[in-house]
Amino acid sequence: MDAIIDLLQQNALMPRSDMARLLNMSTEEVEAAIAKLEADDIILGYKPVINREKWGTEKVTAVIEVKITPERDGGFDRVASRIAKFEEVQGCYLMSGGYDLLIIVEAANLRAAAAFVAERLSTIDAVQATATHFRLKTYKENGTFHHFDVSSERLSVTP
Amino acid sequence: MSIAIAEHIKGIPRSGIRDFFEIVQSMSDVISLGIGEPDFATPWHIREAAIYALERGRTGYTSNLGLPRLRRSISDYIQKHFGIRYEPLSEILVSVGVSEAIDLALRALLNQGDEVIYHEPCYVSYAPSIVMAGGVARAVTTRADEGFILHAEELEKAITPRTRVLMLNFPTNPTGAAMDPEELEKIAAVCVKHDLVVLTDEIYSELTYEGRPHHSIATIPGMRERTVLLHGLSKAFAMTGWRIGFACAPAELIEAMMKIHQYSILCAPIMGQDAAIEALDRGEQSVNGMRREYEMRRNFIVSSLRDMGLDCPSPRGAFYVFPKITSTGLSSRDFSLRLLHEKKVAVVPGPAFGSGGEGHVRCSFATALDQIKIAMVRMAEFCRELKA
Repeated sequence: MDAIIDLLQQNALMPRSDMARLLNMSTEEVEAAIAKLEADDIILGYKPVINREKWGTEKVTAVIEVKITPERDGGFDRVASRIAKFEEVQGCYLMSGGYDLLIIVEAANLRAAAAFVAERLSTIDAVQATATHFRLKTYKENGTFHHFDVSSERLSVTP
Repeated sequence: MSIAIAEHIKGIPRSGIRDFFEIVQSMSDVISLGIGEPDFATPWHIREAAIYALERGRTGYTSNLGLPRLRRSISDYIQKHFGIRYEPLSEILVSVGVSEAIDLALRALLNQGDEVIYHEPCYVSYAPSIVMAGGVARAVTTRADEGFILHAEELEKAITPRTRVLMLNFPTNPTGAAMDPEELEKIAAVCVKHDLVVLTDEIYSELTYEGRPHHSIATIPGMRERTVLLHGLSKAFAMTGWRIGFACAPAELIEAMMKIHQYSILCAPIMGQDAAIEALDRGEQSVNGMRREYEMRRNFIVSSLRDMGLDCPSPRGAFYVFPKITSTGLSSRDFSLRLLHEKKVAVVPGPAFGSGGEGHVRCSFATALDQIKIAMVRMAEFCRELKA
């Protein structure tokens, strides 16, 4: 199972017949294993890794540190799920350290992101404070490099 | 004027690989399965450690035997992974790749006319190294149907009163053969009986598959005192260009090898030695990751070659497959040349690795999977067209 997950993490679109050859399995076995990972909610989805600079989109991404007051019943979970449900929120993590939630927000533009923080996030009762950081450039995302600078000068035949 | 070249050098043939390389170099868009080095760059943490060492100005000569700190790392690494201990101060020499260590050991051991037995098909440098050290090279041909392992009986048949050294290389380039402990014990018994020194090139020892462990002949009782264990960083750590190898052997032999090394090389480059410390101390995870990747590619290439109707045993180690191509009706050389010209895929003809290589070609899977995939599609077309 781990080997299949590793391969999917490298390239979720790899043909299942190739995966079968790599893992000494049959294509049917690979398909069944992936179906099971999906059915068991171990694999929740597949997303492309996008180079936003080339895409030329106006969208902005902000990383927001959020301090919240936990509740007597449910701790951080209820507030976290309330925040996570906003469409703009792409990621939401409970963190150790100086703040509680780290959320990743994608908005149509800077103004929309600011409005989300000011009008949606900060107005939640349990939210004590926020610190918003905007992404300027992506170098590596989900294990994929965005700016390749690799040269290979291997000889074509060596002993 | 023509410069007279020494007779013993004139007599050494050029490497068959070199000829082939020159043809490949003259063509464009070739996918090469002919490369005997990892396609991975050296893991970043190792490169980063080397950069740090350079920043601190570590750019000088080192002790002839190599940095003491590196020799301690080698000693610990060999003890952990091979189960045998060598004394860092007197029993380990850091060389410029395993190739130099082989040369040093042969020159330190051989008198003119002494014989050295090695198994073929094998790495291209063994026979010339023996000859250049004044020895006589005696090949024992290993057989495909026996997994290219060396049998004690075959070894014993090749021994003469002049035989001094046995050279071993398991896992083997180009066949991927590996030896089980029982077979190694029989070889060891023959070596003890005939008082042979063993040079064992174990450069591929980390790259064994299906979870099978590597066994070194040096660990067999009675062998440590007559064995030179040769290893290096090139293959498992993807560090070919750093040129760091090492020899572990009894102190008196290391001392003799050091004399030659000291006057010819002085020391291995310090940049490589600093990188090697990081690799040996903290590189295990990187090696494991690369091994997993090689194993998957091995599975892929073996199953693809079998689908083409080629007889291709799954190699137990290293990163080469050595399929039999006689069913195509072509010689190794014709197969390789036609595949290169008609489909632009480079493989190395088996006879480049000596006797027993005819009828085979070597395909390296130290090549990115997307390249291997294209190569396999083209090779399958080639084989289909040959049958048509």
